[in-house]
Amino acid sequence: MELFKPDFGLVFWMFISFAVLFVILWIWGWPAIMKGVEGRANLIDKGVEYAQNAKDQLDNARQEADKYVAEARRRQAEMLREADRMKSQIIEEAREAAQKEAKKVMDAAKVSIEQERKEAQLQFKNEVSALAVDIATKVVRNNMSDRNTQQQLVDSLLDEMENNN
Amino acid sequence: MKKTALIILTAVISMIFPWKAGATASSESHDDGKIDAKAIIFEHLGDAYGWEVPFNHHKRIPLPIIVWGESGLHVFSSSRVADGKEYVDGDVTFKIAGEESDHKGKVVEIIDGKEYKPWDFSITKNVLAVFITVLLVAWSVIAVARWHRKMGYKAPRKMVGAIESLITFVYDGVIKPTLKDRAPKFAPYLLTVFFFILYMNLLGLIVVFPGGANLTGNIAVTLVLALFTFILTNFIGTKHYWKEILWPDVPLWLKFPIPIMPIIEIFGVFTKPAALTVRLFANMLGGHMIVIVLTLLIFIFATMGAAVAGATTLVSVLFSIFMLLIDVLVSFIQAYVFTMLSTLFISFGQERPHHHHADGNSQETSQSESPAVAQPTN
Repeated sequence: MELFKPDFGLVFWMFISFAVLFVILWIWGWPAIMKGVEGRANLIDKGVEYAQNAKDQLDNARQEADKYVAEARRRQAEMLREADRMKSQIIEEAREAAQKEAKKVMDAAKVSIEQERKEAQLQFKNEVSALAVDIATKVVRNNMSDRNTQQQLVDSLLDEMENNN
Repeated sequence: MKKTALIILTAVISMIFPWKAGATASSESHDDGKIDAKAIIFEHLGDAYGWEVPFNHHKRIPLPIIVWGESGLHVFSSSRVADGKEYVDGDVTFKIAGEESDHKGKVVEIIDGKEYKPWDFSITKNVLAVFITVLLVAWSVIAVARWHRKMGYKAPRKMVGAIESLITFVYDGVIKPTLKDRAPKFAPYLLTVFFFILYMNLLGLIVVFPGGANLTGNIAVTLVLALFTFILTNFIGTKHYWKEILWPDVPLWLKFPIPIMPIIEIFGVFTKPAALTVRLFANMLGGHMIVIVLTLLIFIFATMGAAVAGATTLVSVLFSIFMLLIDVLVSFIQAYVFTMLSTLFISFGQERPHHHHADGNSQETSQSESPAVAQPTN
């Protein structure tokens, strides 16, 4: 059967053609394609990895930010409390100081009032005694206008003296 | 929708009333009114010194004939010896040998009335088809390579994407899993084989020039391809591969004093490429033959009246279309299978000793070593 008999010419040309094609593609064809496909696959892998990382980092950053915000809130509240505490303390201290001062002033006032009072008393006493002497003088002058009365007074005074001695 | 229906209707009507087909058949048939189906089939499956043009059985594209005979080198156009003409070059006469000759259908030189078969380097139809395939494969692969150099890591689209998907299909699907770290070393050969066979197969399905040559259904073509695989398997084979052939890991009485296993293994070295050759050749030849026979049925039954001829035409054309579609699938599958088997054979040649099962059961070792590629059944 001629179909099963390889034809010499065809084998010859086929061998040469295929060898040439193989060498051409070996040099100018496949390496570039393999490199390109491999490189692109690597690039895609890297891209996916990068995106994954970026997403993770973003998530991390978000968590970090949340943490910072919470921390800031806590600090703010603390500071507010502290300020509140300090405020009341200052007020307390001021009140105490004011009280002390007031007491001091009051004490001073008391002392001076006491002194004034004493002086006034003294003065009043002097004035009263002067007035009394005056009144007494007047009364005496009135009562001692007649003789009897003078006698009687002298008598009573004498009696008093006697009793006292 | 309406258009499609109209086209189908026209086709069916023209198939049922094949006056023209009957006329063609009678013109093609021999003097006794019968057509020589065998001659037509073998003419279509075989090689030729010219390339037919459509709708004309006698006009052919002339191709150069190159012969190296008793009287040296001769180059002339195939049109000079077409239709039984004789070409006289000096004192030598060339003609295509007739039915009665041993070299039927080949160019022979006639010196002093004696026929000699010269060394025939003619650019025949099949050789030209090989050249066309080489150009097409080189063009499409280099175009993809150039695109890669120019466009860097951009996404491939259209034709580049289509060819690239085939490349990665074969490379990632067959070559890489089987050859592993040796894959880049043998990928250029295996990918070239795949694309070369695929293009040859598909070009063979196109009826008119530049297709129509039954290349992969020609044993010379598949033989050369298998030869390349044979060379790559055995000439770049590892020491371990040769040790497995000449001194396999079997009980001593199987290899000494009568080397039963080595003989079987050496036999296997040659049966593998032979299987490659015949598998591709037979599959493609079968596909072509079925389509031709189905078409010939029309002309065989054309003599039996319009009704029979019409019915046969309808069935034949539908079956031919069906078979051609199957052949498109087969074209791809056979290219794939050839590449897969070549990869497998080359991977046998690249086997390295297994350190894990150094003293284990040889059966187990060889099973675990052979790649998990299913053997095709066709």
